[in-house]
Amino acid sequence: MALVEIRNVQKSFGALKVLHDVSLSIEEGEIVTIIGRSGSGKSTLLRCINALEEIDGGEILIEGQKVYGKMPNLKELRQRVGIVFQSFNLFPHLKVERNITLAPTLTGRASKKDARELALSCLAKVGLEEKVDSYPEQLSGGQQQRVAIARCLAMSPHLMLFDEVTSALDPELVGEVLKVMEDMARQGMTMVLVTHEMGFARDVATKIVFMHQGRVWEEGPPSELFANPKTPELRAFIGSTRQT
Amino acid sequence: MGNLNFRPLWRYQDAIIEGIVTTLWLTVIATLAGLVIGTICALVLRKGPKPVRYLIYTYIEIIRNTPPIIQIFIVFFVFPGFGVRLDPFPAASIALSLYFGAYASEIIRSGLDSIPRSQVEAGHCLGLSGPQVFFHVVLAPALRNIYPSITSQFVLVLLGTSIASQISTEELFHTAGFIDSRTFRSFEVYALVALIYVLLVTAFRLLFALIGKLAFRWPTRR
Ligand SMILES: Nc1ncnc2c1ncn2[C@@H]1O[C@H](COP(=O)(O)OP(=O)(O)OP(=O)(O)O)[C@@H](O)[C@H]1O
Ligand SMILES: [Mg+2]
Repeated sequence: MALVEIRNVQKSFGALKVLHDVSLSIEEGEIVTIIGRSGSGKSTLLRCINALEEIDGGEILIEGQKVYGKMPNLKELRQRVGIVFQSFNLFPHLKVERNITLAPTLTGRASKKDARELALSCLAKVGLEEKVDSYPEQLSGGQQQRVAIARCLAMSPHLMLFDEVTSALDPELVGEVLKVMEDMARQGMTMVLVTHEMGFARDVATKIVFMHQGRVWEEGPPSELFANPKTPELRAFIGSTRQT
Repeated sequence: MGNLNFRPLWRYQDAIIEGIVTTLWLTVIATLAGLVIGTICALVLRKGPKPVRYLIYTYIEIIRNTPPIIQIFIVFFVFPGFGVRLDPFPAASIALSLYFGAYASEIIRSGLDSIPRSQVEAGHCLGLSGPQVFFHVVLAPALRNIYPSITSQFVLVLLGTSIASQISTEELFHTAGFIDSRTFRSFEVYALVALIYVLLVTAFRLLFALIGKLAFRWPTRR
C-alpha cells in the first residue's frame, strides 16, 4: 500500500472548480515534485493532503487513514505530516528553540528536559545550531525557512510537504534551503513538493507531476518527462521555464 | 488667588486616602470584569450563534453611543424598578465594567484579527489542538498588538470613575466635593485632587511601560 493514496479528488471554491478528478499515489521514500502554471491547483492539492482544505469528492488516504470526512485522529495525522510554506510562518514571539520544541512538548513526544537537545539535533540537520537562542525576526529568510523545516523534523514526520518554499527568498538564499531538502531526500524522507526550481526537480525528484487546469496532466520520472513531454501543454510549460 | 491656603485640607487626609482607594478599586474591578466581558464577547462574536452575536453588537453599540454618566444612572436609578436595588459602589462597578467591556471587546477582537491565518494554520499543521494554538500561538502576539489600546482605555476608566460621584459613590472626586463644602476652599481642593489624578495616571503609565518592556521582548519587523 502506498504511503499516500489520492483517488479521484475533487475540490471547488464556490463555483470555481480547482481540482478535477486528481489521482496520485506516493510510495514511501519517493520525492514527488508537482509543477504547473499558477492557478493549476498545486497548493490546493498539497493543502488537501494535510486536511487544511476539505475535499468535495474522491478520497485521500495517508498510511491507510482517511483524510476527509470525520477525522477523529486529525491531530495525530498532522503530527506525522510536516508542511513547510512559502512564508515560513515561524512563531515570532518564540525563540528558535521553542519554535521547534513547542509541538513536541505539547503533544507529549518530548519532555521539557530533553527539549533543548531535540532542538539542537534538529537544527544540526539544517546547519543552524548557533541560532538556537535567536528570535525568528533576527534571522535571514533562508535561515527562517531552514528553522521551519527543523520545526517539522522535530515531529519525526513520515511525510513532508513543501509549497514553493524558496519562492519568497532572495536568489542567493535559495541554495541553502534546497541543500537541506536534498539532504532530507538522501536520508529517505518521503517528500511532496511544489516548486518552480526546475533544476531541483530534475536532479532530486523520483517523480514529476505536471498539473494543468486542476488535473494531473502528465506524470513520470524526471528523465522521461522532461526529455519527452507527451502533451503540448507540458511542452509549452517546459519551454516557458527555460527562458527564465 | 492672593491667599492660597492648603492648610484646611490637611485634616481631611484620611478621607482623601479613602477616596483614592475607592477610585482604585472601581478602576481595578471595572478593568478585570471588563476584560472578562470583552474576551467572552470577542470570542462569541467570532464563533458564536447569530442571535447571541446580535445581542452583543447591540450591547456594544449602546455603550459606545451613550454618555457613561447615563449608563451609571440607568444601573443605579432604573434597575431598582426591575427589582435590582444596588448600593452606589456596586452600581458604579457594574456600570463601569459594562462600559469598559464594550470597548475591550472591540479591542480584543481587533487583536485576534491582527494575527494572520497562516500562524493559526502553522499551529494546526504541527498537530496542536485549537486551545493549544490559541494559548501558545495567538495569545502573546495578539496581546502585544492590543496592549497600547488596552492600557489607554484603562486610563480612561480610571478618570471615568469620577462620574461615579454623581450617584454618591465615595471615590476621590466625591470626596473633593465633600471637602469643598466643608472648607469653601474650592480652588485648593480641586487643584489637589487634579494633581492626585495626574500622579495616579502617570504612575500607571510608567508601570504599564515597564510591564510592556518585560513582557514583549521579541523583535518585530521595523
Ligand atoms: N481559499 C480560496 N478561496 C477561493 N479560491 C481559491 C482559494 N484558494 C485557491 N483558490 C483558487 O484556486 C485556484 C488554484 O489555486 P492554487 O493556489 O492551488 O494554485 P497554484 O497552482 O498553487 O498556483 P501558484 O503557482 O500561483 O501558487 C486559483 O484560481 C485560486 O484563485
Ligand atoms: Mg501555490
